[in-house]
Amino acid sequence: MEMHFDQHISRQFNEDLESIKTEMLEMGGMVTRQVADAVEALATADSELAEKVLRVEEEIDRCEMELDEHATLIIAKRQPAASDLRMVMSIIRIARDLERVGDEASKIAKMAIALTEEGTAPRGYTEIRHIANAVRKMLNDSLDAYTRFDVKSAMETLAEDEQVDMDYRSAVREMITYMMEDPRSISRVMNVLWTLRSLERIGDHAKNICEQVVYLVEGADIRHGNEAKLR
Amino acid sequence: MTTMTLNAGPAVAAGDQAKNPAAEQNAVKTNAEIVKTVGQPFSDQAKLRMRNVNVFYGETQAIHDVSLDIGRNEVVAMIGPSGCGKSTFLRCLNRMNDTIEGCRVEGELTLDGEAIYGPKVDVVPLRARVGMVFQKPNPFPKSIYDNVAYGPKIHGIASRRAELDEIVENSLRRAGLWNEVKDRLDKPGTGLSGGQQQRLCIARAIAVSPEVILMDEPCSALDPIATARIEELIDELRENYTIAIVTHSMQQAARVSQRTAYFHLGKLVEVNDTETVFTNPEHELTEAYITGRFG
Repeated sequence: MEMHFDQHISRQFNEDLESIKTEMLEMGGMVTRQVADAVEALATADSELAEKVLRVEEEIDRCEMELDEHATLIIAKRQPAASDLRMVMSIIRIARDLERVGDEASKIAKMAIALTEEGTAPRGYTEIRHIANAVRKMLNDSLDAYTRFDVKSAMETLAEDEQVDMDYRSAVREMITYMMEDPRSISRVMNVLWTLRSLERIGDHAKNICEQVVYLVEGADIRHGNEAKLR
Repeated sequence: MTTMTLNAGPAVAAGDQAKNPAAEQNAVKTNAEIVKTVGQPFSDQAKLRMRNVNVFYGETQAIHDVSLDIGRNEVVAMIGPSGCGKSTFLRCLNRMNDTIEGCRVEGELTLDGEAIYGPKVDVVPLRARVGMVFQKPNPFPKSIYDNVAYGPKIHGIASRRAELDEIVENSLRRAGLWNEVKDRLDKPGTGLSGGQQQRLCIARAIAVSPEVILMDEPCSALDPIATARIEELIDELRENYTIAIVTHSMQQAARVSQRTAYFHLGKLVEVNDTETVFTNPEHELTEAYITGRFG
């Protein structure tokens, strides 16, 4: 599939589009790293790594604002149409999703700090690891599909969210059992629950990114269960 | 873009196209291979109906087999690079091409089912029904009042001064010019600003109560404020008229029209809802043109 974003008569326009795409993908790389670090900090009780996640979070917020500004400038200067317009719109939307993934990562980092302070290894880490691996893969694959304008792979990644949701629900049931078994564990297990919740949300954001790949390439808005719109 | 309809000729096998996007692109750029218009060229509410229209200037063919409907109370925008035939096609609709030596129009063109090029058609009443606004404002070297009153007078729509007064005021009001000129109706139309002159020309066109208004780049000589006024006016006029507008401004086409037709090398490549054309065009030539790519 050829999208030809480098064939504008205006070379500057080619560069502007290329540059916001690169910015977005760099932001995606940072955010993916954040999720990995936050989960690692939690699993290894590494509060230093967790603090780093919280610091990088501010950088990600700045990235989102810059990306927004650059996209706004392109709209103002170029009045993009068709695939150009879809690219700018999709980048704005993905940047918002990425920023929220960053928020979830820093929530996980905060849980990591809280759990480290308690100094005990609560149950539920296996579930966290499992779901974390799944959503990190989704996030990676969604950005990869965007880079390659690959609708097929975006649709496959999008479908993985269902499994993540199922795993999340079953993990929640398990956590409830732990809390019932041992009420003293409630505050700790609640932290694990919030973490699972954050990971599940990251899966949703990765799904949103996949939907933007479809929008960019096919021009079909399949959000909110409108997958039938994909011709 | 996977669903891009290419309409390449039968010489290019479908399998080859899928394997080689570059060959696919080159194939479609050959004029002879755009064989069918993609999208929705037809309307259930056709006011103007054109089928298989060919236009020749002497030996040169300027329009190749164009079929298009323009619906009632609809604004259709025609876009395309210079020399693509959009103005030529527009001028067929009220036989303005008759004035060009060596110009020949073939095909079926009807206005409300009546042949525009019928042997008994008198072009004067035809042009009263299908009015035209040109790129450069061209008011008559007469007073503002006479510019608007001239048409109704010669077409015998009104003869008494009171009737004419009413038509002039109404037309100027609808063209959004009345408040600016009501105190100087006897001053020459040529003394107005460019934007005002163009609105005067629109007032002149609507004074004879046309059914269709053709606009050939009506804003290309105007500043953005005058342009905004004309665009606002086009939207209001749509309630009562059918409008076809040729424009080089893609944003203008996007703003004022309900459907957009893309012409390329004398062929009608794509007609679709304006929204579709500007967000997700069907044909890659349309995409290349509206996004400013090499095409």
